[in-house]
Amino acid sequence: MSLATREATSSVAIEVENLVKSFGTFYALRGISLRVHAGECLTIFGPNGAGKTTFLRILSAISRPSSGDVRILGLTLKEKSLAIQRQLGVIGHQTFLYDDLTAAENLLFYARLYDVPNPRARLEQLLSEVGLARRANDRVRAFSRGMQQRLAIARAMLHDPGILFLDEPYTGLDQHAAMMLTNWLQKLRSERRTILLVTHDLSQGLAMADRVAVFLQGRIIWEESAAHIAPEHFQQTYFDLIAKGNS
Amino acid sequence: MSAMRKLTTLVWKDLLAEFRTKELVSSMLMFALIVVVIFAFTFETGSSATKEAAPGLLWVAFTFASVLGLHRSMLHEVERGSLHGLLLAPLDRGLLFLAKAFGNIVFISIIEIPTFLLAVVFFNLDLSTGWDKIAVIFLLGTIGFASVGTLFSAIAVNTRTREIMLPILLFPVQIPVILSAVNATAAALAGRTWEDLSGWLRILAGFDLVFILVCYVTFEYVLEE
Repeated sequence: MSLATREATSSVAIEVENLVKSFGTFYALRGISLRVHAGECLTIFGPNGAGKTTFLRILSAISRPSSGDVRILGLTLKEKSLAIQRQLGVIGHQTFLYDDLTAAENLLFYARLYDVPNPRARLEQLLSEVGLARRANDRVRAFSRGMQQRLAIARAMLHDPGILFLDEPYTGLDQHAAMMLTNWLQKLRSERRTILLVTHDLSQGLAMADRVAVFLQGRIIWEESAAHIAPEHFQQTYFDLIAKGNS
Repeated sequence: MSAMRKLTTLVWKDLLAEFRTKELVSSMLMFALIVVVIFAFTFETGSSATKEAAPGLLWVAFTFASVLGLHRSMLHEVERGSLHGLLLAPLDRGLLFLAKAFGNIVFISIIEIPTFLLAVVFFNLDLSTGWDKIAVIFLLGTIGFASVGTLFSAIAVNTRTREIMLPILLFPVQIPVILSAVNATAAALAGRTWEDLSGWLRILAGFDLVFILVCYVTFEYVLEE
């Protein structure tokens, strides 16, 4: 676990104040405010176009907010975006891997970009952990979707980030691969990393969550502790919220 | 030091991927060679008109072939989502520009050599006094073309009509480079001295410096949305 993770276990890891993002006259985010505590897993649900991915893009420092403040591990995003990126790991439905490089070359490439000390040893360790050590010298092009996603997890974990953003990580995975991903995410949770999960999968998302937020039309319309949500009623609750919000 | 290592890493990735697939260079090279061959059959071999037109024809071949490569190079990053991965990494966006531009300079330079040699044969060009001058002109022209092309390919790749958009954006800005390169190449092939070429070379070098700086600074904003 990284130093940042350990130091921040009892503090606020992510703090967002009145975040607005507009593209011309279209508002993707309309004043989002939330806090995620260190070690907490917040799952964000919402229909397509609700602003979930835009929200993650801003928190990942790859898109600028129109207004509002973001602080991650006490650092202001506007001023310390590179320092913040060193603490973030992102797993999405895209793997961010290069098909024509081998698994080891992909990890070595990203390890160097993140200034990972002793990168070869680290990548060997991670390849072993995700069960791809034997395929280290095979090109990613030859990997199944599930194997690519496991390699993407290794890529995201190279620099031992204290905070993980997961954007629809289950997209395109078969049942076996999805189960492996769930096991991995449970392991990451048990290490008390701060996790922000964006998903359409209500049951998976709720199972992972300490807290749940529902986005609609660029706003948070509902926020609740997962302990207070009955899984068997959550789907109906969610649909009611979306229907009410759209009316 | 860390920035230099990251830059080297980014360039290594592009060169290694291209070395494996040869996708960019082969398509650019085929295109450039075909252009030269077509023009060679259009003109009478060894005529004075051919020799006069040769520098322009060469740069037409380089320019259009380069657009193919510039477009594909950026499209690879976007289609596979890997550009997103690069943006997530803690590195200056300007480094991404420098690495991409350097890769493009290498790829374009690789296709220029055989294309030029083919033109020498087909257009019966005399190179007894001009190899070094040609090399400098090609390098300066390629740097100018690849640097602006890298920036504009990043803009065009996010548009719906990206294949058309890149040349539409790029060619008007490249007019000084193409004009200077064509005139300098013509002078070099005519056996002129360095002093005779210096005006054109200064324009090329000035363009390269200014646009590398401008592209380095603005690349961040181009990538953002």
